[in-house]
Formats: sequence, structure tokens, C-alpha cells
Amino acid sequence: MTGTATARRRRRRHRPGRSAALTVAMGLMLAYTLVPLVWLAISATKSNQTLFDSHGLWFGDGFHLFDNIRDVFTYDDGIYLRWFGNTLLYSVVGAGGASVIATMGGYALAKYEFAGRRALSALVIGAISIPATALAVPTYLLFSDMGIVNTPWAVLLPSLASPFGLYLMRVYAADAVPDAMLEAARIDGAGELRIFATISLRLLAPGFVTVLLFALVSTWNNYFLPLIVLNDPELFPLTVGLRQWDSLAQGGSGAGAIPILPLVITGSLLAIVPLVVAFLFLQRYWQSGLAAGGVKQ
Amino acid sequence: MRRRGAVQRNLTAYAFFLPFLGAFGIGVVAPLVYSVNLSLYQERMIGGKVFSGLDNYAKAFQDGLFHAGLGRVAVFFAIQVPLMLGLALLAALAIDSGRLHAPGLFRIGIFVPYAVPGVVAALMWGYLYGDRFGLAGEVGDLLHTELPDLLSGSWMLASIGNIVTWSYVGYNMLIFYAALRSIPRELYEAAEVDGAGAVRKAFSIKLPALRPALLLATTFSVIGSFQLFNEPSVLQALAPAAVTTNYTPNMYAYSLAFDGRQFNYSAAVAVLLGLVTVIVAYVVQLATARRERLL
Repeated sequence: MTGTATARRRRRRHRPGRSAALTVAMGLMLAYTLVPLVWLAISATKSNQTLFDSHGLWFGDGFHLFDNIRDVFTYDDGIYLRWFGNTLLYSVVGAGGASVIATMGGYALAKYEFAGRRALSALVIGAISIPATALAVPTYLLFSDMGIVNTPWAVLLPSLASPFGLYLMRVYAADAVPDAMLEAARIDGAGELRIFATISLRLLAPGFVTVLLFALVSTWNNYFLPLIVLNDPELFPLTVGLRQWDSLAQGGSGAGAIPILPLVITGSLLAIVPLVVAFLFLQRYWQSGLAAGGVKQ
Repeated sequence: MRRRGAVQRNLTAYAFFLPFLGAFGIGVVAPLVYSVNLSLYQERMIGGKVFSGLDNYAKAFQDGLFHAGLGRVAVFFAIQVPLMLGLALLAALAIDSGRLHAPGLFRIGIFVPYAVPGVVAALMWGYLYGDRFGLAGEVGDLLHTELPDLLSGSWMLASIGNIVTWSYVGYNMLIFYAALRSIPRELYEAAEVDGAGAVRKAFSIKLPALRPALLLATTFSVIGSFQLFNEPSVLQALAPAAVTTNYTPNMYAYSLAFDGRQFNYSAAVAVLLGLVTVIVAYVVQLATARRERLL
């Protein structure tokens, strides 16, 4: 009898009981974050007319999701698919490149003593506070002088620099790669590149995934820079393209052969899916990466 | 031999760092230098481009449109950021407390909006705010009242604040949550042995551990607020009267450059805005934490 009582008390102390009240309170917050997405998903199943006559959070007459998706991909000669491809290109090359560059740089800062290391560290950390959007207009002006405005380079080049990624990687590498292991490998005669490729990179993987995901989000969601440096719709990413469709939809119903509002809604839904899937699939990695390195100093 | 190894290692370190330096030079330093240079010139009707020193900056200092935008984002920062970070902190503490049913669902569910592009978030909320087919009308019917027009001038800043909060509350929660998870569990046990209660543990263990994360979150929030662009510019299509072209300083810099072709003045506004952002970020960091600083 007393044995179970003590056990129960001990359990309560180390693992406090679940609280229904707290769960309900947090449920409200979850509803706040999820209801708009539910609305978006439901609205994507509606025709233009149904959008206006049915309840926002319930299905209307008919299920038009597949019609809408078809319209999204065929409208204006399939420009949406171009935008999708462009976004993919800008994100994969931009975010991928930024993550590789940040990983190498962060590793160098964390694991090598070299002249100028402190100055470089300070420079990069100071740069975190320089907002990318503040640089967008100047970037346009510079690139237009260089003649690369309205080319993919104008979006790709600025995406490659991620001071925050470098910072995250420096903090992560300092903990994740033990100095003793590097020393041992050096004594065994391994070169620095080989040590990096065969030992360090593996240990840095969760940090890399974290940096990659955050870089992916910022390139996938980038709007201000492409809006400024691109004017050919064939080069737009999804964000700029969808914004253009929205302006058409607001402009009235006379836009093209099909009403465009369902396209904005369905196109928005489709633009969200890849990132959400990436986050869900890589959850284990980025959460451990963030926990292990992202928030310590 | 040892010496040669060290020199070689030094070179390797530079080689590893070089790509970043290149990207940083093109993406950050060059535009910065270029726009500072540009901001020191003016296009004159007669004489063309002339060096004008700090004239553009003097003009910006007295520019009512720039002030109005700056005031708006300052109000936005003062109200939206504490609300958002407070909510994020509560959520992180709740999930970390171990007292929630299905904590994983809350963690990922609240985080999901972060993966939604800001433009899409603004489009979606813009529709939701409307009473034509959004939810505002239906929520009003449910409460037997008519909700105020969320897209009107007096509600616009709050409406934008809601979109930004929705987008980033989960991201900030995750940063706080990761900081809480990095506290060694033994620390709690040791504190309990010493007789510390829940409140004492929160103040003596959790809050100090959260400080670097709070600093990071606040720095990003300063940048987000003062550089506000995407959300108001998307809502502009729905409410052109409420969202003017100088609604935020960034929108002002944009319209100066692309509608007004005043590139030199726009560069000055962009540089000044960047300076204000960095200064506010620095001051906030001083207030948040005395020892830990990013800058």
C-alpha cells in the first residue's frame, strides 16, 4: 500500500500529471494556427460561385478541388508550373548553396585557429542584424548596373549569403565535433579535407539539416527581392506570381476565360505543401539540430 | 613539421571560409557600399548627377512620409512583438512542462504557419478578414453582431499584426522550446533536492536558460517589424485607401525607387532604415541581456 503511494508520489514529482485544462487552453492556440489553413484547404474545393454562397468552414456544392488544380496548372499556358519550377530552382540552388557555404565557414570558425578569426566572427554576427529586405533596393540598383537584373542570378546570388546559418553552424560545430577526434585523425595522417568529408560532415548532419530547412523557408518564401529584381513573369517565383493573380482577381471578374479567385486560393494551397512536407519528414533532424546548437552561445 | 602542419591548417581554414566571404561580399557588403555611395548623389535637372553629401539624409530627416511610416512600424513593434513573444513563451513552457496531452501535435501544429510564405499568409488572411466570403462575416453572425471592418484604416495595423503573429508564433516557440530542452534534466532534480518549487525553478533555471533564445527572437523581431513589407503590400490590393504607398518605410523606399524613379533618395531612405533597425536591435539587446550580446 505505502509502496504504491510512494511510487505514485515519486512519479508525480518527476513526471507531473497531464492537465486537461492546460491542454484545452493550448487547443485554442492550435485552433488559431490551424483554422486558417483548414479554411484554405476547404476553399480550394469550391467553385468561384460557391466561394461566395457557402459557409467558409464547410464544403459547398460539389467538390471542385481537382478542377481547380487543373485550372491552376493550365491557366495562361501553364505559367504556374513555371513559377513552381522557378521557386524550386531558387530554393534548391540558393538554400542548398547557402547551407553548404555556411557549414564550411561555420566549421572553419569553430575548429581552426587562424589569423582574423575573431574579426570575421564579429563581422558575421553583426551582419545578422542587417535586414535582407533593407538590402533589396540597393541590390537591385547594383545588379542593374552589373546587367544581371531580370536573370535568375539576381535572385540566386543574394540567397547564397546566410550569416544566421553561419552563426548557427559555428555554435553547432563547436559542440558536435570533438577536438580530440580531429587530433586523432591528424595523428593518423589524414588530411584536413578528408577529415572534413569523412568525419566532421557526418557529425554536423543535424546542424546542416537545420540550416538547410531555415534557408529553404527563406528562399521559398522570398518575395521582396524577386519582386524587385525580376520583371519577366516567366522568371517569377510562386510568391510574386500568386500576388499578381491576386491583383487580377481583385481587379474584377473579367480576368480571362475562367474566374481567377479559385486559382489564387488553390495555387496558394499548392505552394504551401512542399515545405510542410519537408518539415514533417525532417522533423527529427532539425529539432535535434536546433536543440543541440541553435540556441546556445 | 608541426609548424608546417599549422600553416597548412591555417590555409585550409581560409579555404573553408572563402566561399562564405564571397557570397557575403556580393550579397551584403557590395549592395551596402553601393547604396551608401548612391545616397550621396542627386540627379539635378541641370548638371545631371552631382555629389550632394548628406543632403538626401537631411531631406529624409524632415520627410513627413518617412516619419509616418517609421512611427507606424514603431507602434507595431511595441505592441505586436511582446504579444507574439509572450504567446510563444507560454506555448513553449506548456509543451516543455510535460503536462500536455499529445505535446508533439501542439509543437508541430503551432509551428506549421512558419512554412507558409508571408505572401500566401497575407492573401489568405486578407480573404478571411473580408465579409464577402471570408470568416469575419460568419463570426459576426455567430456573435449576433457586425464585426468592424478589419481592412479599414483604423484596424489595418492590428490586422497586419495578427498575420505576423500567426506566421511567427510557432517559430519563436520552437526557439524557446529548444532552449528549454537543452537544460540538463539533472538540474531540476538538484533544485528539487534543495527544496525549490515550480516557481523557483522557473525563475532560477528556466528563465536564465532562455535568455540567449529571447535575445535571438527579439533581434529577429526588430528586423521583421522595422522592415515590414510583404503583408501590408499584399493587403494594399484589398484596401488601397488604408494602405498607402508609404505605409511602412520599406514600402516607401520601394515606391520612391520604382514608382518615382528617385533612386538616390530611395537609397538614402533604405540606408537610414537599415541604421535605425540595427540601432533598435542593439538597444533592445542591451535591455534584454547585459552579458550576452549578438552584436
